[in-house]
Amino acid sequence: MAHLDELIQKVSNAKDKLSLQNLKSELLGKNSQINQEFKKLGSLPEEDRKAKASDLNNQKQRINEAIENKFKELEKFEINQKLQKEKVDVTLPARERPNGKIHPVSQVIDEISSIFSEVGFSVAEGPDVETEYNNFTALNTPENHPARDMHDTFYLDENKKILLRTHTSPVQIRTMLSGKPPFKIIVPGRTYRCDSDQTHAPMFHQLEGLHIDKEINMGHLKGCLDYFIKEFFEVKKIQMRFRPSHFPFTEPSAEVDIGYRMENGRIIVGEGNKWLEILGCGMVHPNVLKNAKVDIKKYQGYAFGMGIDRLAMLKYGINDLRSFFEADYRWLNYFGFDPLDVPTNYRGLSR
Amino acid sequence: MIITLSWLKDHLSSKVNLSKIINKLTDIGLEVEGIKDSQGELSDFKIAKVLKASKHPNADKLKLCDVSLGEGKIIKVICGASNAREGLISVYAPPGSVIPKTKMKLKIAKIRGIESHGMLCSESELGISNESEGIIEIKSGEKDIGKNFFKSKSEKSIDISITPNRPDCLGVRGIARDLASAGLGKLSSLKKTKIKQSFSQPLKISITKEKNQGCLSFGTCYIKNIKNTESPEWLKKKIISLGLKPISAVVDITNYVMFDLNRPLHAYDADKIDEEIIIRNSKPGETFEALDGKNYKLKNNMCVISDKSGPLGLGGIIGGTRSGTEFETKNILLESAYFHPTSVRKTGSILAIDTDAKYRFERGIDPNSVKEGLEFATSLILKICGGEASKFSFTGKSQIKSKVIELDNNKFKKIIGISITSNETKKILNSLGFKTKNSKNYLKIEIPTWRPDILEDIDIIEELIRIKGFDKISLVHPERTRSKDTLSFKQKLFHLSQRAVANKGYLEAVTWSFTDSSIDKFFSQGEKEIKIANPISTDLDVLRRSIFSNLIIYLKKNQDRGYLDLSLFEIGPIFFGNKPGEQQIILGGLKSGALNRKSWDSKARNIDVFDVKADTIKTLSELGIMEEDMHVVNNAQDYYNPGKSGSVTLKSKNGLKLASFGEIHPAIISNLDLKEKNVYGFEIFLKNIPTPQKKNRLAKKNYSVSEFQKSERDFAFVIDINYKAGEIEKIIAEVDQNLIKKVLIFDVFEGGSMPEGKKSIAVNVTIQSMDKTLSEKDISEVSKKITNTVKEKTGATLRS
Repeated sequence: MAHLDELIQKVSNAKDKLSLQNLKSELLGKNSQINQEFKKLGSLPEEDRKAKASDLNNQKQRINEAIENKFKELEKFEINQKLQKEKVDVTLPARERPNGKIHPVSQVIDEISSIFSEVGFSVAEGPDVETEYNNFTALNTPENHPARDMHDTFYLDENKKILLRTHTSPVQIRTMLSGKPPFKIIVPGRTYRCDSDQTHAPMFHQLEGLHIDKEINMGHLKGCLDYFIKEFFEVKKIQMRFRPSHFPFTEPSAEVDIGYRMENGRIIVGEGNKWLEILGCGMVHPNVLKNAKVDIKKYQGYAFGMGIDRLAMLKYGINDLRSFFEADYRWLNYFGFDPLDVPTNYRGLSR
Repeated sequence: MIITLSWLKDHLSSKVNLSKIINKLTDIGLEVEGIKDSQGELSDFKIAKVLKASKHPNADKLKLCDVSLGEGKIIKVICGASNAREGLISVYAPPGSVIPKTKMKLKIAKIRGIESHGMLCSESELGISNESEGIIEIKSGEKDIGKNFFKSKSEKSIDISITPNRPDCLGVRGIARDLASAGLGKLSSLKKTKIKQSFSQPLKISITKEKNQGCLSFGTCYIKNIKNTESPEWLKKKIISLGLKPISAVVDITNYVMFDLNRPLHAYDADKIDEEIIIRNSKPGETFEALDGKNYKLKNNMCVISDKSGPLGLGGIIGGTRSGTEFETKNILLESAYFHPTSVRKTGSILAIDTDAKYRFERGIDPNSVKEGLEFATSLILKICGGEASKFSFTGKSQIKSKVIELDNNKFKKIIGISITSNETKKILNSLGFKTKNSKNYLKIEIPTWRPDILEDIDIIEELIRIKGFDKISLVHPERTRSKDTLSFKQKLFHLSQRAVANKGYLEAVTWSFTDSSIDKFFSQGEKEIKIANPISTDLDVLRRSIFSNLIIYLKKNQDRGYLDLSLFEIGPIFFGNKPGEQQIILGGLKSGALNRKSWDSKARNIDVFDVKADTIKTLSELGIMEEDMHVVNNAQDYYNPGKSGSVTLKSKNGLKLASFGEIHPAIISNLDLKEKNVYGFEIFLKNIPTPQKKNRLAKKNYSVSEFQKSERDFAFVIDINYKAGEIEKIIAEVDQNLIKKVLIFDVFEGGSMPEGKKSIAVNVTIQSMDKTLSEKDISEVSKKITNTVKEKTGATLRS
């Protein structure tokens, strides 16, 4: 029998898997030398047999190991060779995946709803087409009241009885008439004014807020807006100023300004020496409550209204209001939000 | 409303400066919109000294100057003037200023490689002479360095936005009263000069008694033998500061009194009045020429001031040319009257006239200021124009009684959240002209007649907190509790579908609710067109009846910008009537062009109906509709290509329509002349998405999967070419709902070896049992059942 080391050398010289296979049957197969030796074992004297058998088994095991190792080595070599040939240029462009976006107005409505949800407001809605009564008269703005001049109104009929709502406030009336107090709602929605220039669009979005309960006073209004403004702009410190104003449907009425400064042509909200008006608010006028069949001896509360588009512009640095409604593919791609970017309280409003 | 500090000080004795006044005005609800410098940008030009002048390294005739503006401020300026030299005091114009001669706005500019921050000016450049040789030389100007070169000729004016509830602040005195109340000085008392009134007013005045009579009281004074002249300087200055043009003393005085006391007046040339003055309602068809030069045709019930010959003016709005005063006017009739706000407003809006008087009357003038106005104006006219005044004549109601309001002592705290003392309450109210009287649990308050906005106790509370200061209200932090769901099911559906579609590659657009009727008509289903009575433009003249009307316009605009492969969607209202609520929320998407138009590894292909179908079905399933509940039928709306469109209905073919999808009708595309004509769309009708009985998560059946071997069998049916593949799928699935787990059509073809009018549909069916491994026999039994059922129900044969 050839020397074991020679056999192992032979294994390690094998060129490919096929020759290794052949070598395996040659070295360990039926007709292999080692097999012959095993067969001879029976004829050996009892005392030698055990030692010889152990020796043979040992040899067999070593050859087997050598073959196995060689096999792995060859396999690895072959795979590597194959991979060499299959190499691609990974710097080629990735396949396109569709990439949709959520409009900034929708995103901001979701953000605002999330903020007010946290303090117990529900979302209410109303129709875009309104009666003159709900839009004005019920809101303490009778016919021929000069405050109507502040709203350039689109009408659907010549008698001016049916119109496109000029604000989301008529939803206050609808909500109160259709339920029982307390009321705690926000109303996001489309609103319309017959006005179009660089800073005005004939359609825009408003958010109305209404909180009516037994002991809701102006301090609550202030606290609610302070909370909202800080959450919305995601700023811990923000200067807020209540300034007396006039809306027919609230008394007292206020406009709210926030502090800001300019940095490289951008508005930075928070602190600074300038004031920016962002919303109107006040205690709901008793006449409005009366028109909505709410008992003014028991209930009172506040309302506020703000421009959603304007808030979006401020927060996300968008300069032109009209571009919101022009559906320019480039603009939507640039200012739009990833649909997975859902504003929530626990994860934060924006990523 | 525009005021100047000096005018304000006619009524307010106060030492505070302009900036304090501006802040206080805003704090008490008289919002300052802006401060205007009547001399405009001239205040930009400063007196400056040249500290050093050296030659520009790259230009022989230019000099680099270090210019001092005092207080250590030094600026680098390049100057071409030969007299620019060290020690010279001249005039400096900073970047941003506008040079009067050229109207050019200065910028920081590099001149031959070196930056110049502004310039030094010649007299000609500043428009003060034609001297353009060299820059201005100011002798002995050392002490003025840094100061304005132009001495202020007129003062700053304050532009205040007066809310419609505060007509009293449309006069300077009203503003002064508010400031005094807020602690910024003392309201001066009005000076009264004794007027010599020697004769009775000679003209007959009558207010006719009729319904809708717009005039409550009418006071007059006849002044004879005046000499109407140009106004004296002080008056001209006041008129100019309002942004008006001085006309003549008589006109300027009436304007001055209006802006000073918020008391509109009118002066007639008395010699042009035909016999008498009659205040009456107009008759339809009457015409008159107003002082704005226009002829107005009057309607019913407009309040006119007329004489025997016809209208002389519209009460409280505008006078007429027929009785207008001129420099030659000798005798005038001065009018001070009260007209009802609604009457004035109605007439003004019907005739589309807006005047300062109308603006004031429609907001409410103090009805008790009729006499005061006559006194003030008459004394000024006598002083400036001479003449003799008649006794005043008053027609109509002479005095209006003040309203009285009772204020509960606790109400302020209840509304505002903080307390106010009884003394503070009285002090604020008295300073605003309210009279107060203590009662047991409340305060009795008499409202001054110049405050038509104060109608009930809540209005008093507003006055109190306005003057006390909104910053005194203490903030109550909101409680973080929630007793009701934030969103209803339909609202959640809105947000979910919005993000579901965006997630499929569509960009969300928000477009107008109104649209172009000529495009909207393509997408109507016979609903009535909803016209806007006063559209903003002719191409936005109707409310949209379809979500596609605007979306396709913007698709086209994007295509015109060179973007052909587009996916846009909008979720919003469409309208089917002009009554409130006749609207529904639709989600609509449009897709145009191709996929992989330019790709290194994939073949380009046009998008087709199955792309939008996939988006539709996937979205519906994300909205909670089980796939087995969706039925696809070939009956989409007319604006889709009838051969390449469908609808998804709920539970059966005749169920609620959940969605439509398909190719937009090529006739519409060609009509709109789209660049890329391959356009598909889909609509989801959110109102038809059912509210689930239970939450989707809870509505799921118990989880169970088979542990046994599954088998797949393929079938190829030859079937009538018009037969819908979807039907076959449903038929097979229903053959044995326990064993058939999945049915998948994987090949369809027609033509070639297929007989005329037939097509082949190949179906892969997965068969699996929950309780055993199926034997070959079991499987072939199911297969046979499938073949037979399909044959029976559709007339198909198995392809051999």
